[in-house]
Amino acid sequence: MPKDSGIGASPKRREDVRFLTGTGNYTDDINLNGQAYVHFLRSDVAHGRLVSVDTSDAAAMPGVVRIFTGADFEGVGGLPCGWQVTDRFGEVMQEPAHPVLAQGKVRHVGDPIAAVVADTPEQARDAAEAIAVEMEELPAVINMKEAVKDGATKVHDDLTSNLCYDWGFVEENREAVDKAIQDAAHVTTLELVNNRLVANPMEPRVAVGDFNRATGESTLYTTSQNPHVIRLLMGAFVLGIPEHKLRVVAPDVGGGFGSKIFHYAEEAFCTFAAKALNRAVKWTSSRSEAFMSDAHGRDHVTKIELALDADNNFTALRTETYANMGAYLSTFAPSVPTWLHGTLMAGNYKTPLIYVNVKAVFTNTVAVDAYRGAGRPEATYQLERVIDKAARELGVDPIALRRQNFITEFPYATPVAVEYDTGDYVATMDKLEEIADLSGFAARRAASEAKGKLRGLGVNCYIEACGIAPSNLVGQLGARAGLYESATVRVNATGGIVVMTGSHSHGQGHETSFPQVIADMIGIPEDMVEIEHGDTANTPMGMGTYGSRSLAVGGSAMVRATEKIIAKAKKIAAHILEASDADIELKDGQFTVAGTDKSLAWGDVTLAAYVPHNYPLEDIEPGLEETAFYDPANFTYPSGAYACEVEVDPDTGKVTIESFAAADDFGNIVNPMIVDGQVHGGIGQGIGQALLEGCVYDEDGQLLSASFMDYAMPRADDLPFYKVDHSCQTPCTHNPLGVKGCGEAGAIGTPPAVVNAVVDALQSAGKDVTHIDMPLSPARVWAAMNG
Amino acid sequence: MVKVTMTVNGRTASGEVEGRTLLSGFLREELGLTGTHVGCDTSQCGACVVHVDGKAVKSCTMLAAEADGAEIATIEGQAAPDGTLNVIQQAFQDHHGLQCGFCTPGMVMSAAALLKDNPKPSEQEIREYLEGNLCRCTGYHNIVKAIMAASGQDVSAVAAE
Ligand code: FES
Ligand code: FES
Repeated sequence: MPKDSGIGASPKRREDVRFLTGTGNYTDDINLNGQAYVHFLRSDVAHGRLVSVDTSDAAAMPGVVRIFTGADFEGVGGLPCGWQVTDRFGEVMQEPAHPVLAQGKVRHVGDPIAAVVADTPEQARDAAEAIAVEMEELPAVINMKEAVKDGATKVHDDLTSNLCYDWGFVEENREAVDKAIQDAAHVTTLELVNNRLVANPMEPRVAVGDFNRATGESTLYTTSQNPHVIRLLMGAFVLGIPEHKLRVVAPDVGGGFGSKIFHYAEEAFCTFAAKALNRAVKWTSSRSEAFMSDAHGRDHVTKIELALDADNNFTALRTETYANMGAYLSTFAPSVPTWLHGTLMAGNYKTPLIYVNVKAVFTNTVAVDAYRGAGRPEATYQLERVIDKAARELGVDPIALRRQNFITEFPYATPVAVEYDTGDYVATMDKLEEIADLSGFAARRAASEAKGKLRGLGVNCYIEACGIAPSNLVGQLGARAGLYESATVRVNATGGIVVMTGSHSHGQGHETSFPQVIADMIGIPEDMVEIEHGDTANTPMGMGTYGSRSLAVGGSAMVRATEKIIAKAKKIAAHILEASDADIELKDGQFTVAGTDKSLAWGDVTLAAYVPHNYPLEDIEPGLEETAFYDPANFTYPSGAYACEVEVDPDTGKVTIESFAAADDFGNIVNPMIVDGQVHGGIGQGIGQALLEGCVYDEDGQLLSASFMDYAMPRADDLPFYKVDHSCQTPCTHNPLGVKGCGEAGAIGTPPAVVNAVVDALQSAGKDVTHIDMPLSPARVWAAMNG
Repeated sequence: MVKVTMTVNGRTASGEVEGRTLLSGFLREELGLTGTHVGCDTSQCGACVVHVDGKAVKSCTMLAAEADGAEIATIEGQAAPDGTLNVIQQAFQDHHGLQCGFCTPGMVMSAAALLKDNPKPSEQEIREYLEGNLCRCTGYHNIVKAIMAASGQDVSAVAAE
């Protein structure tokens, strides 16, 4: 029987009402009195030396308030990078400067050269066209392998080369892995590309800077997944504004998928300009600007080798990856191909020896950083593709090969430095076989063939590390931040509760799911609990929402704060009921003295906390508000098994998704409806990556896929209904809710299933095709089929 | 500048606009109806869909001046005056057809236009009709399901929610 409230129920989302009636409050809906508008003049070449930027004509145009160039930002900090990777020789990565507006050189199409502030957006845009830029164009470096060759043009003149770092993991395993591969009974090798993607949340980025001369306080309204992180990075590293003079607000945010984690130049500019002009300054990105200024995702070129013994047990794995950083280091870019990728290379399998090498490379392209899954999709894709290829080479069933090598005992310490606390990979695979009706596949293939179509089945597993992360661990790995979360639970006199959380909801439904947890703990209706997020003025501190961490880390902080509330409320109840607090029980919103019928309602106790007439004032303070910070003890490890069935049209190469099934283990579930929705969205993006999406630069560094006309976003008629199941639940052992996180799973688990399915379809027709790089466009599939 | 007058959600609205002002800009900036969203600059995303004289139109493809004298319906006018959601809005909430909510106004307005012409669309008809409405959050599953439910179809067979 499904529950109708509390943990495990699916109440309708309360945030929906404002979104469905057009009354949400997104950043672009915010207009401040007397605000001016900024338009950025962006580079239209990939690489060039700025000879001069003449703004005199433009400055005289109607409505222009002021034009800023790189010169205005001399002495102002650049955009900081939040993670320092140490390479395999013990050296720290090369870290170039990242000015707010270009200084001396432009390094990618879209690099901002000047910023025009005017009374209206149209005037700002018109004036930007009148700026005269003299540029000496330089050769662009786009291809990563070319970029690291001796003598290649350097993106940053002051660095020794275009190599950011050369990372080895685990370096001590290197020789043992080489030897195991040499001695193996069978080695499967695969070279592949993890295609460059653009996150494209439907809401483009927006920033509104404001300044109050009377108080000296700056305020930034921005489309961010983590307003506190922006306050810290921008305040401390770019503009030198202390936190108590800087407020960052991220109101309703229209999707993020990683791309709204990072601190961007436009945010710093609007805050800076508002103070310089004593006037609010607003920037709204167009979609075209978003394509050339939002951080991109993925873009790995990889060679992977899997070694097996004569009984088909995995014995070793070696991978070499070139990871594109783009022209500058975005906020968390260095961590994505390293600690969020290398540590996941064991996947669901007991491979004893693993070595991961990653070369991060600067190119004249937009910065690349985390995009839904961040490193884990790249790990899963190569691993699950090479396993599939191995099965086909060995003539064994791909599912059986996986099952044979599954990790089955937990906790399990992998050879890549992480310890999985729980999981049951057999159970999720069993569940997948059931919901995807794999036993009926042969009949479905026959039916497709009768229509002249090739049908393929692709199956794969995934594991991810979520709930990022223990601060002391990530500190050792190079993070320049802690990754805890905080929550303040404020109980009002009449019993209603406001929770202020550092987690940020931009589609995840925290306003609905977080109250379910509190309501369960206290035994009160969910509508007595309200969630506030997204404003540094309200919430104590927050690391924000990404890496599927909100419930596992932010939710845990909220639970800890609520536990403190309950402990204090019991003391108050004990005093009034003249009992010892150890004897007080809280159930269904009633405090009772164990074994008696003496009781007090929740509201009586909360009222006593604020009207402390009969109250233990000598022991405890009045009031009922508690804050907790929660720092996780480990990552969480969601896992699952996915199956995709495709049809391929042999005449055109067009692939259609006929069915898609996902069996996930997310540990405990608070709101199954929301979890399903998260998985659906991830699958949609995963199918997008596999079949449609690809960000393309030409060799001169021109961005060819610069709008929705050229970048193929998945549309409703590209996708089927999905079958999703999360009944396999092995609760996380180290957070109080036993939850693991579900936001990224779909995007991680999906691409290999689709590609495995297409390869299966082609091989079923006797085609000698072992791999096709994503996106599997009709042209690519047709070319692969026709040799 | 040109003066335009139109009926928006049943009320007369007028303003002075530049020749290049888009209907989406007029609704958002002049009338403060920020429920109509702008998600692109190439008329691809559908976040800006409103009804002009009863037809679904991407309001970013139409000049405000062209809408002079027209009857406009936006997301703000869809619920009853007491706040009760209409059938489509309610189905979106019941079936979790939205996450971040940014595409939602356009989705609801497109769905309304579809159901007016085709009161019981099939799954495939819905998917094809929504070709001009992008959603990055939902994978479309629950949007399609919500529209089927809003048209009175039994969606219990569609994979559980
Ligand atoms: S804003 Fe109108 S279609 Fe995108
Ligand atoms: S709900 Fe976020 S784009 Fe559709």
